[in-house]
Amino acid sequence: MQQINTLLRRLPVWLVYVAGVLPAGVLFYQALNGDLGVDPVKALEHRYGELALQLLVLTLAVTPLRRLAGLNLMRFRRAIGLLCFFYVVCHLMVWLVLDVQLLDQIIADIVKRPYITIGMVGFVLMVPLAVTSNNMSVRRLGPKWRQLHRLTYPTALLGALHYVMLAKGFQLEPLIYLALIGGLLVMRLPPLQKLRVV
Amino acid sequence: MAHRWKNDLTKEDVTPYAAFLNRRQIMAGLGGAAGLGLAGLTAGQAQAAGDEALEPNSWEDVTSYCNFYEFGTGKTDPAAYAGQMTTTPWSVEIDGMVDRPGSYSMEQILDAMTLEERIYRFRCVEAWSMVVPWQGFELADLLDVAGVQDGAKYVAFETLYRPSEMPGTAYKVLDWPYREGLRLDEARHPLTIMATGIFGKPLPNQNGAPLRLVVPWKYGFKSIKSIVRITLTDKEPPTSWNMANPREYGFYSNVNPNVSHPRWSQASERRIGGGLFARRQPTLMFNGYEKEVASLYEGMDLARKF
Repeated sequence: MQQINTLLRRLPVWLVYVAGVLPAGVLFYQALNGDLGVDPVKALEHRYGELALQLLVLTLAVTPLRRLAGLNLMRFRRAIGLLCFFYVVCHLMVWLVLDVQLLDQIIADIVKRPYITIGMVGFVLMVPLAVTSNNMSVRRLGPKWRQLHRLTYPTALLGALHYVMLAKGFQLEPLIYLALIGGLLVMRLPPLQKLRVV
Repeated sequence: MAHRWKNDLTKEDVTPYAAFLNRRQIMAGLGGAAGLGLAGLTAGQAQAAGDEALEPNSWEDVTSYCNFYEFGTGKTDPAAYAGQMTTTPWSVEIDGMVDRPGSYSMEQILDAMTLEERIYRFRCVEAWSMVVPWQGFELADLLDVAGVQDGAKYVAFETLYRPSEMPGTAYKVLDWPYREGLRLDEARHPLTIMATGIFGKPLPNQNGAPLRLVVPWKYGFKSIKSIVRITLTDKEPPTSWNMANPREYGFYSNVNPNVSHPRWSQASERRIGGGLFARRQPTLMFNGYEKEVASLYEGMDLARKF
């Protein structure tokens, strides 16, 4: 593990940003060229949403991974969190502009459809997190910054619920995300926080 | 020896493509009316049935983007995994309130039926749509072969359930086997067909080979695939999506832009095949077949009986 941590220390953070943004462009290009199947709108919407969920799981995993496995990804946590927000924005834009298109239907959907309401609340909660993900905000807000960034927890839960609720019938994949995110949140409960392996 | 027979028609007599589509539109939209003895319609009258000539989707659209949960819940899962489903030999058990119950082999059925083409709009409950050129026969003709008894009010259908060939059934996404049903008058309606092919070719497995229902004025999930049992009954039969979530999927499930699905609007639809920037289209009442089928539901509150 020490070796991995040493290698990771040499990895510049900007490279993580570049590598993280790249798939968004590739997927859009594929959608444009018909490489995502005959329904590129849904495909793009789902792929962006899925990437956002995966990054959400990864941000939540950073602390437990360090505590339980000794893997140190702390340097990349901000990048992972911001990339997650970036994919949520991509997902939302595809839904607004390419999928639903009509403003009155968008508003009706947000108000009337619980899974969309939940997704939107999750997005809104993420905005202050993204805005304060910089050194200046950390300095200016002091201890309040930590408190504010606990919003990550409800956001993650809303994201997982959003996916579970939109599935038709009984489907496994959304439940796996819910279990992962739920598990990572449970590990933050005070009695479990003291667990340490390394 | 060639040229023994001289063609007296010139190129000028060839039907223009648009008119050809229009002619097919007559068969598509008014197949029902023709069946009712209103044949001999002009193109002008055909326009009343559908505002635009129906331009079918591509073979790729229709065969690569399917819902057939027995093979997985992803849109491309059926195309990837349905190939392993054995469709020959195939037989359909027709039972319940019929004069001649029994197992009807696919050959027996095809021998008794005359196939024709129907180009129909296909509207999924998930708010996407296609236009599909089907080949098949009217369900009413098959029901007549079995002889429907007085007192029968509903027709129940069942899809093949064969876990060894259907990887999706390893998960209880739905209560297998997949079941659907129609009221007898809906089943006997001339627009209701049993399809055996698309684009003039045999049905690919992912599209419901070798025999599936097509009810063009209802959401796609009513058009049950790979049918192995047809039962005539006097009670409304249980149907899979209604059993899974009665609040979201009704027994009737007629396409209706005014009745929203609880999780999404049904007022408009995305026509598959338009690419990334295609505009949504308004959804038509009864999927554009209002003239043909509205009378089936006279006096019914369609918001309650959705």
